[in-house]
Amino acid sequence: MRSLVRPAQYAALAFYVLFLGFPLLWLISASVKSSGELNSLTVSLLPQEWHWENYAQALARQGLVRSAWNSVFVALVSTALVVLIALPASYVLARLKGRVRTAGVGWILVSQVFPVILVILPLFLVLRTIGLTDSLVGLTLVHTTYTLPFALWMLQGYVSGIPVDLEEAGAMDGADRLTVLRLIILPLLAPGVVATAMFSFVSSWNEFFFALVLLQSPENYTLPITLKMFIGGEGKVALGPLAAGSVLAAIPSIVFFSIMQKKLTGGLMAGAVKG
Amino acid sequence: MTAPSSPRGTAPPRPARGAPPRPGGTARARRREAAALVMPSLLPILVLSVAPLVMGIALAFTDARLVRRPDYEFVGVDNFVRLLDNSYFWESFRIGMVWAVSVTLLQLVAAMGLALLLDAGLRFQGLTRVLALIPWAMPPVVVAIMWQMIYSPNAGPLNAALGALGLPDDVNWLADFSTALPAVVVVGVWVGMPQTTVTLLAGLQQIPPELHEAAAMDGAGAWRRFTGVTLPGLRPIVASITSLNFIWNFNSFSLVYVLTEGGPGGRTMLPMLFTYLEAFKNRNIGYAAAMGMVLVIVVVLLLAFYLRSQFRDDREGKVG
Repeated sequence: MRSLVRPAQYAALAFYVLFLGFPLLWLISASVKSSGELNSLTVSLLPQEWHWENYAQALARQGLVRSAWNSVFVALVSTALVVLIALPASYVLARLKGRVRTAGVGWILVSQVFPVILVILPLFLVLRTIGLTDSLVGLTLVHTTYTLPFALWMLQGYVSGIPVDLEEAGAMDGADRLTVLRLIILPLLAPGVVATAMFSFVSSWNEFFFALVLLQSPENYTLPITLKMFIGGEGKVALGPLAAGSVLAAIPSIVFFSIMQKKLTGGLMAGAVKG
Repeated sequence: MTAPSSPRGTAPPRPARGAPPRPGGTARARRREAAALVMPSLLPILVLSVAPLVMGIALAFTDARLVRRPDYEFVGVDNFVRLLDNSYFWESFRIGMVWAVSVTLLQLVAAMGLALLLDAGLRFQGLTRVLALIPWAMPPVVVAIMWQMIYSPNAGPLNAALGALGLPDDVNWLADFSTALPAVVVVGVWVGMPQTTVTLLAGLQQIPPELHEAAAMDGAGAWRRFTGVTLPGLRPIVASITSLNFIWNFNSFSLVYVLTEGGPGGRTMLPMLFTYLEAFKNRNIGYAAAMGMVLVIVVVLLLAFYLRSQFRDDREGKVG
């Protein structure tokens, strides 16, 4: 009986690995297959021939490259904004007690279950009135706002990890508050800032719903929207390039999650991120 | 996007006053300073998320249409009365419940299994942990493209594998009326598993090993230890991750929108897709806002009911 437990556990583990990992493996394999092979009835994970030109073809598409740049712009600017405005607020959130903190943390939790479908309708009207629909600036502001709560949550976790004694020691030495924050707190927060920035970048890079509603002209599309339009159109015949474009679109997030892997498994949710 | 849950357990030791004493620093000056630091975050949240939420609620009581020169008036509860008779909406609502409940439950069971395996001291754990995070990292659009290829009727690996086993290999998973919703549910489980697994794993590692040892000494088998020690210990975490998963799944849009656009024949028309189409294809945003409000209210009520029952059980458990 006992001797059967371990093999059964490994079999189950293998099943999970297959279920979780196979789809990505298949996508990568499809990204180097010829369209003939992709439509043929002999199905195999390993491509018969390696067609790297799918990637060149995907990149040669005007729309794909332009929308990748749009995505980079929106993600970079919203990340910079998120970090800049979340840093001071997260410090307050972590250090102050009482109602401010309760309200702040409460809002962060509510924002996780926010009914975007109810918000998007008036948001669309508001942004249209000020000419920010079908605009990358408008989308950047929206991404900033909707990434902010979780970024605040992450950062305040890092701030709480810095002992208050350090600030007091600085104050004892006669440094004023701003100097203490700049010279003592900020350097210690660096890992937290990096993690928060990466999180913001990936959230914006992957985001689909707001971009779908707010952007109308193809030259403003972000990468997810262009990929979606590609599926409906030429993607049906050009499966290889579609897969190649999808692999490229997934790279930033996969890099982020590999770097953050230890911290994520340590329980981003069960506690806060540890510095 | 991802989510937090309970606040940090281990706060660093700090003096009773919570902040360093400062010569000449008054409480009011500190408050002003705090307000100045918080304001840059507060402003966009107020303008781009709180205000629209309030406006969205107001919109539900108007006949607003999405046209260039909007001219709408207050119509009271007309939208909600109309909604009562809209059988398409309620059918979509039913599909949304089936989707959210089944994805949430399957996620929990699958993630629990994986978390237990990852906590069992097996080899290849590092590798599995990395793999287990892949679905979390992928953009929803890419996930949808990937699974469309897996489910592809002719050249897809799923049908090929079924064919190799001598099973029917010509199912058009995403286009067949009977298989579309289950096929989409599987993708939903795949996407949501990592976060649930990570959360449950963190919970498992907080259960003191002595409890398991003591139970084993008393002759409890693996299953008895699971139901007697592990499950009660995980109870609060399971309750919170299930609630969050349920809301996320019920609110989910992108994945199914790209996979099936609600088809075939509306079989995967989640309520968020239905509302989106009413607002941006039929251009009835007042009516769509009413739908959105009904969805939010129902979810909040269901959740309150679920959490209350969990809470009551907890208290009874302590008495008994």
